[in-house]
Amino acid sequence: MITHPTAAELAEALACVETGPPGDARAVFLARVADNARATLARQTDLGPTAEATAVARLRGLLEVDGDFKALNAELCARLTDGRLAALDPAVLAHLRASVMDQIAIDQPGYSGLAALQASR
Amino acid sequence: MDVPAALSALAPRLSPGATRATNARRLSGGASQETWTFDLDDGTPLILRRRPTGGAMTAAALPLSTEAALQAAVAPRGAPVPEVVWVCEPADGLGEAYVMRRLNGETLGKRIVRDEAFAVVRTGLAQRCGEVLAAIHATPLDGLPPLTTSDAASELARYETIYRQSGAQRPVFEAAFRWLADRAPPLERPVLVHGDFRNGNLMISPETGLVGVLDWELAHLGDPAEDLGWICVNSWRFGEWRRPVGGFGDYQDLLDGHAAAGGAPVSLDRLLFWQALGSLKWGIMCLMMYASFASGADRSIERAMIGRRASETEIDLVLLMEQSA
Repeated sequence: MITHPTAAELAEALACVETGPPGDARAVFLARVADNARATLARQTDLGPTAEATAVARLRGLLEVDGDFKALNAELCARLTDGRLAALDPAVLAHLRASVMDQIAIDQPGYSGLAALQASR
Repeated sequence: MDVPAALSALAPRLSPGATRATNARRLSGGASQETWTFDLDDGTPLILRRRPTGGAMTAAALPLSTEAALQAAVAPRGAPVPEVVWVCEPADGLGEAYVMRRLNGETLGKRIVRDEAFAVVRTGLAQRCGEVLAAIHATPLDGLPPLTTSDAASELARYETIYRQSGAQRPVFEAAFRWLADRAPPLERPVLVHGDFRNGNLMISPETGLVGVLDWELAHLGDPAEDLGWICVNSWRFGEWRRPVGGFGDYQDLLDGHAAAGGAPVSLDRLLFWQALGSLKWGIMCLMMYASFASGADRSIERAMIGRRASETEIDLVLLMEQSA
């Protein structure tokens, strides 16, 4: 479901992380990023399949067509681009809200925008 | 390149009483430029900003001599900036670079929005940011080095092109592009816009507040509301999302400061448009930085992971779209 980067790309980048010389600021920074990446991958393993399945169910209802996540998501993008669906359509916004909450729970669960969005309702 | 040795050779021209540079050390951070801190042996504290040899990702950045000229141009207006001491020439052996006075303060947003040491200056900081932006925006355009002009519509178009090239299919961005394109305000009177006025580029002193506006590489001519909106992007609030201006102040404080210092009136609606465009731009920038991983140009975990920050801008955009619906 998540691209740019996919889980496979993250795993590949993680495999290439080398430990730097002791005290090297850049190496310390990259080690911290690597820890974040491992935690992100673990969350994606836990939460990704359910997030994708619920997104597919929502998209089928919203678009009234069938398909896998990639095809349905592409269809939603196409309809938003050409105006068949309006950005502020309540049904669209409801899907976007649910999708981004699921994705931030994987990518960055501590991000303050999640609390802000939850507080707005 | 031996930067410390080159700085020592340059020392007498940076300060009449100096014979060499000491304590030269490269600071971390700064993806497209190198920043070095050093002292002269007469005690002068300085900063070198230079373009890395063979530096990539700098196509959009201004020449460093332009950054230096802009800092010199805004200083007389009352905008706090580091004093430019020397713009390097090829003979200096430092490449494209300039030297400025080193200011004392903090740029880390996390500390500025949370640490007790900044509690006093935080109360007036949003208003002060508004005042400083008004001063920058009032800089006479005559005599400035060449700068591009952009407005809301052209910025949207530029970022949409980048997004399309990324191959990503992100419905929040699709929705945001259409939503914002329908609302893009016309550019009434172009002013000098800093272009990256946010936590990280603002030097804050615990005693005196905003002492330096840094990093002028994205400066251009455009809508003053662009700067006012950019500092309100949630990504630079460091968790303090209830304080929309940089995690330390309210919209009205920023707008009041801007107006009180003579800035052309900016409505909250216009600010919010640019805040949303700011979130969208930052999201696309995350995808761009990820692209350098995907293309093989930079296979670091940092470049891969930055792509996963695009979703923070999506959640912020969904909230902004809901609030406008």
